[in-house]
Amino acid sequence: MAEIHLTINGQSHTLDAPPMARLLDVLRHDLGLTGTKEGCGEGECGACSVILDGVLVNSCLVPILQANGATICTIEGVAQDGQLHPVQQSFLKHGGAQCGICTPGMTLAALQILEKNPHPSLDEIKEGLSGNLCRCTGYQKIFEAVHKTYAETAK
Amino acid sequence: MRANPADYELKSPGTLNGVLSLLAEAPGQWTPIAGGTEIMVQFGTGRMTQRQFVNIFGLPELTAISITPESIRIGAGVTYTAIRNHAEIGEALPLLAKAASWTGSLANQNRGTLGGNIVNGSPAADSPPALLVYEATVDLISVRGTRSIPYAGFHTGYKKSALAPDELVLAITILRPAAGLRQYLRKVGTRNAMAISKVALAGVATLDGETLRNPRVAIASVYHSPYRCLKTEALLADATVSPKLIAEARAALIAEIAPLDDIRSTARYRTQVSANLLEEFLLSLRSNAEESAS
Repeated sequence: MAEIHLTINGQSHTLDAPPMARLLDVLRHDLGLTGTKEGCGEGECGACSVILDGVLVNSCLVPILQANGATICTIEGVAQDGQLHPVQQSFLKHGGAQCGICTPGMTLAALQILEKNPHPSLDEIKEGLSGNLCRCTGYQKIFEAVHKTYAETAK
Repeated sequence: MRANPADYELKSPGTLNGVLSLLAEAPGQWTPIAGGTEIMVQFGTGRMTQRQFVNIFGLPELTAISITPESIRIGAGVTYTAIRNHAEIGEALPLLAKAASWTGSLANQNRGTLGGNIVNGSPAADSPPALLVYEATVDLISVRGTRSIPYAGFHTGYKKSALAPDELVLAITILRPAAGLRQYLRKVGTRNAMAISKVALAGVATLDGETLRNPRVAIASVYHSPYRCLKTEALLADATVSPKLIAEARAALIAEIAPLDDIRSTARYRTQVSANLLEEFLLSLRSNAEESAS
């Protein structure tokens, strides 16, 4: 077992885990943060996406020891003070969520796109979301939601 | 069956020397893990037979990119994201930057490393054809010291390499290509994003008038490991692109490769597409063609 320190959504956690435990499992099972989903478990679908020290990763491919000391943002940390983030509001408004399994990962991948460019082109959106599969195939509405996130909140 | 993580060990010495000492203590016992984009997939499915891992992700000695007027040296632990975001790599080694941008998704590129991709030894990997035509050198390090070998000699068989059990890949060095080098790379997969290649071909050559000088061609997925097509290159050297040369080159290529039949494609398809890609590369070299196709 290894002692692991994590800062998740602004909160510090210390826990013991086998060092090869997947970050995904620690989030879901040890910390009860079940917003991070498991799809394929092999880095193909993006359902388990989280932001680790500022970059998007598939949490199913990160052994927990490699995340020791890291700052992590999961879907539970995206809304602030009970207010949905603009990208979440945009997903709602434009029908960017259907069954919901891909939505947490899509949202975090979208945040990474918007952080680089608040007004991304369609190609930037498609590339930024290329590692996130939507099994309902609702891609057009997801692209639209990301595209219009700041278009509509801008004054 | 899912793996039980409690059955596995992972150590993180935190320094290159610490990692090398561990590898030297019991050669072959500890498997280095960098971004985990390969090992964690095998681990997650319970197919991983190795039980002991040593973390090398983010070690400063492995993540440096050094640029000199003559060469570009990329640490083995440099991620694809770092490669594709590096302006000088993009300018001097566009094929490598392009291959990095094709490798998996952005999340995979944030973790996957050039050294890991090489050591994993997949014949279908995206960066090796570029490394082969750039004639990259690989620096290997152990407690015994460092040595450099041509990347072309790194793979010795399917998933076999020249890496000794106590060695790590330290860096990949590429001499800056000559000005005016024509460069080509194209990957053919099932779809654009997140698809492992069926075939990928890299080609470079210098044009002396209409004559090809120092042509180099390398292909993924047509041999047990990434493959440099020396016989085809010999045919192309000092020749002029013509319909006859293209026909001869296609035949030479087909004679020299041994494409795989696997889950992603068939040997027959790969043979045909490899020849088509070679033809596209050669057509891009005609004097009236645009600079740098694809």
